[in-house]
Amino acid sequence: MTTTTPIEEDGVKRRDFLYIAAGGVGAVGTAFAIWPFVAQMNPSADVLALSSTEVELDAIEEGSEITAVWQGKPVFIRHRTKAEIAAAEEVDISTLPDPEADADRVENPEWLIMVGVCTHLGCVPLKESGDFNGWFCPCHGSHYDTSGRIRKGPAPANLVVPPYEFLSATTVKIG
Amino acid sequence: MSFEPKNPMLKWVETRLPITGMLHHALYEYPTPKNLSYWWTFGSLAGFMLVVQLITGIVLSMHYTAHVDLAFDSVEHIMRDVNYGWLLRYMHSNGASMFFIVVYLHIFRGLYYGSYKAPRELLWWLGLVIFLLMMATAFMGYVLPWGQMSFWGATVITNLFGAIPVVGDTIVTWLWGGFSVDNPTLNRFFSLHYLLPFVIVGVVILHIWALHTSGSNNPTGIEIKDKQDSIPFHPYYTVKDLFGLALFLIVFSAFLFYAPNWMGHPDNYIPANPLVTPAHIVPEWYFLPFYAILRAVPDKLGGVMLMFGAIAVLFALPWLDKSRIRSARFRPIYKQLFWIFLIDCVVLTYIGGQPAEEPFILVGRIATGYYFLHILVLLPLVGMFEKPKPLPASISADVLPKKSSDKEASNA
Repeated sequence: MTTTTPIEEDGVKRRDFLYIAAGGVGAVGTAFAIWPFVAQMNPSADVLALSSTEVELDAIEEGSEITAVWQGKPVFIRHRTKAEIAAAEEVDISTLPDPEADADRVENPEWLIMVGVCTHLGCVPLKESGDFNGWFCPCHGSHYDTSGRIRKGPAPANLVVPPYEFLSATTVKIG
Repeated sequence: MSFEPKNPMLKWVETRLPITGMLHHALYEYPTPKNLSYWWTFGSLAGFMLVVQLITGIVLSMHYTAHVDLAFDSVEHIMRDVNYGWLLRYMHSNGASMFFIVVYLHIFRGLYYGSYKAPRELLWWLGLVIFLLMMATAFMGYVLPWGQMSFWGATVITNLFGAIPVVGDTIVTWLWGGFSVDNPTLNRFFSLHYLLPFVIVGVVILHIWALHTSGSNNPTGIEIKDKQDSIPFHPYYTVKDLFGLALFLIVFSAFLFYAPNWMGHPDNYIPANPLVTPAHIVPEWYFLPFYAILRAVPDKLGGVMLMFGAIAVLFALPWLDKSRIRSARFRPIYKQLFWIFLIDCVVLTYIGGQPAEEPFILVGRIATGYYFLHILVLLPLVGMFEKPKPLPASISADVLPKKSSDKEASNA
């Protein structure tokens, strides 16, 4: 009986190389072909372009708060009272679920700026409520303090502080 | 008995594509246990509801606009301006609930009579796949009217994937197509909501194929042994299913015409507002048991894993249940556990609809614990220690009147 493929000494046929090479190239090619279909679901160029928002602060009185919109998400800008700042600063950070000093969460202690999205499942927390007089998420019961740090409930992390800078004493650029 | 058409035209087709023979086998001659009760009607009712959802959905999409600025108004346009639009939309929204009602009854029927046991494991798995696809489809459909509940339901559910370590945030951004639930999200949900029902149709065909390979289970849980035990599907079960359908349509119509919003939420008639979360958000009733399990754990990843785990363990059921007796009729202890488990699921449904505060949190935790205890611990143990009642000799012996010798014995 004759065979068309000679058998090498170690039992590997030359055709085996062809199978692996052709299969490998086919798999890589398929992966490349699938990628555009996966990547199209990521944010498009126009969505990515909406990367910063400027907010005027002079109308926000002490003890009040506005909600700005940045990348489609609410951003809380709170003009904190002295009492709120004191309450945030005197907490022993080693007792926190997500330890972070208040000073690391603000550039200017009067202004607390953070993304108003609960780190649990994305609801918008309510201001001036909850067990720590900060924010309370009504969806699943997470309590945040006057620095927006998680104190009680299912949320795993503090409210996120977005990148921002003060362009002047009364203007802040978020993003 | 194989199918041999007399009509020459049909004969010509049949030799080239034996589709009529296949349908004849599936809907006419299919040998069915002769003792099926009305609990076996819910499979065909689920099939009926799938067709209702497909037809009403396709015509609704002719009037709906998937854009954040127009979606809510286009749904109101359907309700007020489109001819019979109110009827079609209420059929579709109540139809989703009806679909889940019949599917849940169908699943609990399977649990009671052990329909998941060998050789029907794949049949059970395909059913669970249909159930998962239904949940994905219903969730995305609920987002389309772009009301407050639509928006915040979409936000909470997509955020579940954010619990995945390391890649969670990347996946959520990918699902959204942005940095929050927005127009790209609505558009892809509409596309997938249209696609998935056809995927369900495909899996339903596999489900029926697997069913007709093993044959239907029945209230005794014992297999068909000879011709005496079975009757052809048509006309016996076509008529029985049609009668069941008539009764079911009365219930469906009662909701449709007299309480079309009873199973919905008033908040979803408020247009979506990305800056304000409603004070009390709850999913549609058919998701409540799983939502209760999610909230029972005071940890994000833990809650999400337990919720998906609640469905995952159902896939292992054929191997967790150690008893070789299928029907709960002959399993005195399992029968009681089944009803406790059913009550547990009802409690979870109730808790899922309540706010996240005491005493609901504690009750939710106990009910969640019991859910897993039943499936992972009690089912395997009961199968090992339970002493089953004697099984009847055959399906026929079970349903036919006792022989006269028995009668004489009891008279004596």
